[in-house]
Amino acid sequence: MHHLVIDRWSRGTSPLHQCDPRAKLAALLVFLIALSTTLPPAQGAFAAYAILLLLAAKLAHLPIRGLAGRAALVLPFTATFALLTWWSGDSLRALALIEKSFLSGLAALLLVSTTPLTGWTAALESWHAPRMLILVIQFVYRYLFVIAEQAQRMRWAALCRGRGSFRLAAGLVGVLFARSWQRADGVYHSMLARGFRGRFVPSPLAPFHAIDALFLFACLAGCLAIRILL
Amino acid sequence: MPRHPHTAVSRAIHIQGLRYRYPDGTQALNGIDFHLDSGESVALFGANGSGKTTFVLHLNGLLRGEGSIEICGLPLADETLEQIRSKVGVVFQDSDEQLFMPTVLEDVAFGPLNLGLSPEDAQTRARTVLKRVGMTHALERAPYHLSAGEKKRVAIAGVLAMDPEILVLDEPTTFLDPPTRRDLLALLRSLPQAKVVVTHDANLARALATRAVFFDHGQIAGEGDVMEVIQRFHWEYS
Repeated sequence: MHHLVIDRWSRGTSPLHQCDPRAKLAALLVFLIALSTTLPPAQGAFAAYAILLLLAAKLAHLPIRGLAGRAALVLPFTATFALLTWWSGDSLRALALIEKSFLSGLAALLLVSTTPLTGWTAALESWHAPRMLILVIQFVYRYLFVIAEQAQRMRWAALCRGRGSFRLAAGLVGVLFARSWQRADGVYHSMLARGFRGRFVPSPLAPFHAIDALFLFACLAGCLAIRILL
Repeated sequence: MPRHPHTAVSRAIHIQGLRYRYPDGTQALNGIDFHLDSGESVALFGANGSGKTTFVLHLNGLLRGEGSIEICGLPLADETLEQIRSKVGVVFQDSDEQLFMPTVLEDVAFGPLNLGLSPEDAQTRARTVLKRVGMTHALERAPYHLSAGEKKRVAIAGVLAMDPEILVLDEPTTFLDPPTRRDLLALLRSLPQAKVVVTHDANLARALATRAVFFDHGQIAGEGDVMEVIQRFHWEYS
């Protein structure tokens, strides 16, 4: 399962893994702002952003193909808009749309692949991000395991009784929703039974070291240089 | 385990006239009177849908029906809910519902953290109970990759880490093979807490409980010595 792999990756020991989650989160925000404000004709800048991310992935000892494949999961969502833009005659903007969504996905993936969930949600909490948002992120992450496993079991059970079809898939999605609801209710009950009071206890963050500030500064400088010069 | 004043409190659970109706109108519990003494182990028998699981979900306020519930002398109310949840540890039938953190160690430390322990103390306590249930080899593993027996042990560890005075076990041996069942039984027998065990397994009840209660259509149809209840309600395969 994708989330299990990412969870395993996030527990690595590379220099990027050891960097403070707040520095990585800030670097991601800087990167996303620079990327989103880059104009479509600056194709060299997109290539430079990609190189920057590849270097970061290399530094984190993460498999480039695995990362790229997972980041490409966002493409079907943006492809529709890119196609419409291309039909309207603006092929460069269509290309930029694809590039921006892929690179954004890759950057976000790099953050979660080098920082355990408890680390980056603690960083969000230290920035006073809305508690409800953090809670939703944490619940979605936990329920993903539960729902993915349920879906797998139902798929096997269905395949044992015949060939897959669109109708079968549609039926499975409906039943999966109902069962996931029940399962999520059970998980929530067990959390309450173990003293959950509507808030996950955040992991304590280590002090922000000079090396973390240096990393953030390097990311900021790199992004600004690409954004302004290319 | 630092806290087990079984001698100071003689009645662990005292319930009178408990009734509960589900939102769809099903009357699941219909006037339950029940008690459990400190250190005592009781088996709950009954057919599927007879109200056993609904009943145990009331013991730490996950469901709230009509009637009075006292846990270790504390009346169940909004103000006492937190205290009561730290006294009653529920091990659910499906371990997958209980294991939701990325690693075994984090999962077991979840309860102690909610009790207000520091992360270091929570981890120390988690390691201690994982050692007790024989799961120290899986500290950093994802709970979803464990076998059914291992999941059950980790689920029990997660509850023991909260240092409860009462253990509620809902079908603890479901999905377990005979050797794993035997190991689990030895583990449960070694725990000093008072126990409420929901089970269909007469052998488990005989080995673990001193008293049995038989549920039927949301009411207690009979109670007494385990063998007596098994024979009275024909609660064996043959």
